[in-house]
Amino acid sequence: MTVLAVAEHRRGDLRDVSFELVTAGRELADELGSDLAVAVIGGDVEGFVEELNREGVDTIYTVAEGEEFNHGIYAQTIEQLHAELDPAALLLPNSVNGLDYAPAVAEQLDLPLVTDVIALEGSDPVEVTREQYGGKVEITYDIGAEQYVLTVRPAEWPTATAGGEATVETFETDIDEGALGTTVKGFEEVGAGDVDITEAEVLVSIGRGIEEEENIPLIEALADALDATLSSSRPIVDNGWLPQNRQVGQSGKVVTPDVYIAIGISGAVQHVAGMKGSDTIVAINTDPNAPIYDIADYGIVDDLFEVIPALIEEFGGDVPDI
Amino acid sequence: MKILVTVKEVAEVDDEFDISGLDIAESSLEYDLNEWDDYAVEEAVQTSESHDDVEVVTVTVGPERAEETIRMALAKGADRAIRVWDDTLEDAQFLDVETKAELITAVAEEEAPDLVLSGVQAGDDANGATGVAVAEELGFEWAAVVNHLELDADAEIASVRRELEGGIEELTDVELPAVLTIQTGINEPRYASLRGIRQAQRKPLEVNSLEDLGLDAGVVDSPVERTSMYEPESESDATVWEGSPEETAGELAAFLRDKGVVDG
Ligand SMILES: Cc1cc2nc3c(=O)[nH]c(=O)nc-3n(C[C@H](O)[C@H](O)[C@H](O)COP(=O)(O)OP(=O)(O)OC[C@H]3O[C@@H](n4cnc5c(N)ncnc54)[C@H](O)[C@@H]3O)c2cc1C
Repeated sequence: MTVLAVAEHRRGDLRDVSFELVTAGRELADELGSDLAVAVIGGDVEGFVEELNREGVDTIYTVAEGEEFNHGIYAQTIEQLHAELDPAALLLPNSVNGLDYAPAVAEQLDLPLVTDVIALEGSDPVEVTREQYGGKVEITYDIGAEQYVLTVRPAEWPTATAGGEATVETFETDIDEGALGTTVKGFEEVGAGDVDITEAEVLVSIGRGIEEEENIPLIEALADALDATLSSSRPIVDNGWLPQNRQVGQSGKVVTPDVYIAIGISGAVQHVAGMKGSDTIVAINTDPNAPIYDIADYGIVDDLFEVIPALIEEFGGDVPDI
Repeated sequence: MKILVTVKEVAEVDDEFDISGLDIAESSLEYDLNEWDDYAVEEAVQTSESHDDVEVVTVTVGPERAEETIRMALAKGADRAIRVWDDTLEDAQFLDVETKAELITAVAEEEAPDLVLSGVQAGDDANGATGVAVAEELGFEWAAVVNHLELDADAEIASVRRELEGGIEELTDVELPAVLTIQTGINEPRYASLRGIRQAQRKPLEVNSLEDLGLDAGVVDSPVERTSMYEPESESDATVWEGSPEETAGELAAFLRDKGVVDG
């Protein structure tokens, strides 16, 4: 029996989630009493092998097809690998690219799919845990099938340590080029600008709790009074209230300030991905169950419209009329 | 050209909530149009405004209550709506990705759209998988997590940007027909006008049962079974400052001064 994990790389580098998949994959393989195989598709596969050869990997399959991720190539390759290896579990990253091929592969192979898994246990049946309702609850599922597909949440498992003894095998695929309906034209970096929030020592960060664009000056006044830099969660940028370069999170910037003050931010996983490395985290949020309190060091469970003016006054700042 | 938009009514949980069995108690839930679908509807409506002869049809899997949400999408400019529901769906423990994909695919096969727009994820389940699963079932092309779309209807190409992690965007051409999963921020969703709301009342809203779609009850069968739901044990060791806003602000100020990160 085998657990098959698929590595992820972009523009020449393996992404961390690949090494986390090895850890999760080994854990599941131990439960099932099976081998762990890791496939790496496209790019500098020979170079990637060295890095992927971590503790717990039994076999690495290299597939030299294309440079960058293309979901058609991934889907076709994985289907062929699946037919060859007949794995119990297919473990894929719950990344943006993972979500661009995992559902198609599961559908094609007619296998059950559970996405964004945060814990795995047992073998017959395997029990998986995921979050729902913005992280307010966790749900466990039993998967009553011999074979299944799971996508694994990034940064939930530690990265596997180096020094594996895997066998490396080349896997030859037969790609139907005519069936590839997407063409990747290139990449672009966004979010440049005058302010670099990754350099800030203190970040005052605002979320949807601010309610209206008209209320933003309140937070600007606080940032002024503290001589801090203003950042935000995604909805504030989506609404056009602050520029993209202020966004913290998975699709924004990863920040590690001395102090991160999260104001009216719930602490969604994609936000936390960008700020959990902060030295001290302070949350101001009316909801005592907001997930942000799971990672906060200090908290004020109260209305920001009451607390922020008081805080501005503490530092002798002017409270704007909003 | 026809655009099919998947629209979900999502449940939002109150700050204080109860769990009843394997789900949140109904009394702790409020319902709204899924945030991601709001952007998908807007993208479809904007396309219909900037191109000739575009029909926008929405499809929802959900109970009668969801019609409020569906009317919202109609008020924003969709032309007509389809809602899929019946007792079999009502009685299912939950609908997994495969089931939802099959239901939406059955509707899409009837409608034969050129483009299907769905949200990247639903705010409540956050599976993030239905759109791409539908694409595979339909035999359409697809792209996930799209934050920019340009359509060349003649060339039958959608030029999209896919938002990857860390501020990187992938520029990709997708052959039509295709399913695109739409990311927030792609546009500025409009508010429904009073006129729109009035017109929405008269727009067609058709309800389909499994039988209408040529499916049988087996469609809800799933090897995946929900076994428990619970509030995660807080890993938090946060110090929560208590008191009036002045008092808690004072505590935070003292902390910041102590830490030496602010003067004054
Ligand atoms: C592919 C993908 C990528 C994403 N990338 C990012 C990303 O990079 N960054 C990011 O932030 N998000 C990202 N998201 C979105 C993320 O899932 C959440 O939707 C988002 O982080 C929520 O922002 P929020 O916390 O400001 O809003 P909400 O979740 O709506 O939270 C608002 C909070 O404010 C509190 N509140 C309300 N009123 C008050 C008040 N008066 N006083 C105090 N508190 C109040 C509420 O209790 C609530 O907790 C991404 C999502 C996807 C699917």
